[in-house]
Amino acid sequence: MTVQELKEKLGLRELCLPEPDREVVTGYAGDLLSWVMGRAPADAAWVTIMSNVNIVAVAMLRDVAAVIVAEGAEVGEDVIARAAEQGINLLASDKSAYTLCVEIARSI
Amino acid sequence: MSVPLKFHYIVSGGDFTSAGNASVQAKKALRQLGFDPETIRRVSIAMYEGEINMVIHADGGTADIIVYPDYIEIILADKGPGIPDVELAMQAGYSTAPDNIRSLGFGAGMGLPNMKRYTDDMQIDTVVGEGTTITMRVNT
Ligand SMILES: Nc1ncnc2c1ncn2[C@@H]1O[C@H](COP(=O)(O)OP(=O)(O)OP(=O)(O)O)[C@@H](O)[C@H]1O
Ligand SMILES: [Mg+2]
Repeated sequence: MTVQELKEKLGLRELCLPEPDREVVTGYAGDLLSWVMGRAPADAAWVTIMSNVNIVAVAMLRDVAAVIVAEGAEVGEDVIARAAEQGINLLASDKSAYTLCVEIARSI
Repeated sequence: MSVPLKFHYIVSGGDFTSAGNASVQAKKALRQLGFDPETIRRVSIAMYEGEINMVIHADGGTADIIVYPDYIEIILADKGPGIPDVELAMQAGYSTAPDNIRSLGFGAGMGLPNMKRYTDDMQIDTVVGEGTTITMRVNT
């Protein structure tokens, strides 16, 4: 399933979607950045409540398909701008990380 | 014969808004050189963790990537406080990161273990009060 399709299916808010056709093959949840760095699979939809600018570098370096900021955590304009610059798909939702992961698992 | 390709980056300390930039630049450079995604991932992870450590723990430093015919070398050098007990610092979960830095998502104590795990060789040269140089090698 593509990031665009996942966005529509789960009703995610689009913050920045430079690569809508990227394939999502799995999911990953985590907030500790070096844990995510060490463990997140490539092409995953990464669900996190972290919303500061450092999530963009981690997403870029780890090759995740999209970052989904969960639980309605607020994402600053600087973060959205950085994601656009680095070609990172950035989505948001008010749902919990758990709910999002369940829905991702059911979708892909 | 051929001179190895080198990339040099300056990492500024305490600047969390641009933390990871050197690693992002290096990743783009390695992509352009046509390295396979797995090699690029390993170099990216190791360099990122070292870069972030210099930002958080050492008030910045320098990062160098040197591309040799059959391996990539990553050298991270800082003039920070040094690491008093390297064995302890290498343990997964050990971190001295303060709370304000933990709230940004750092401080899991996984950085050095990640560097070890994703590289083929890792040397830590550190002197308390003088600084730390970490040299890593990823075979290509
Ligand atoms: N360049 C450095 N200079 C001085 N101390 C360092 C340096 N790099 C690491 N350390 C010390 O080693 C500890 C462990 O580092 P490590 O990268 O594994 O974890 P962390 O940076 O605390 O958290 P994380 O990397 O998971 O965000 C640090 O908390 C710090 O005390
Ligand atoms: Mg670290």
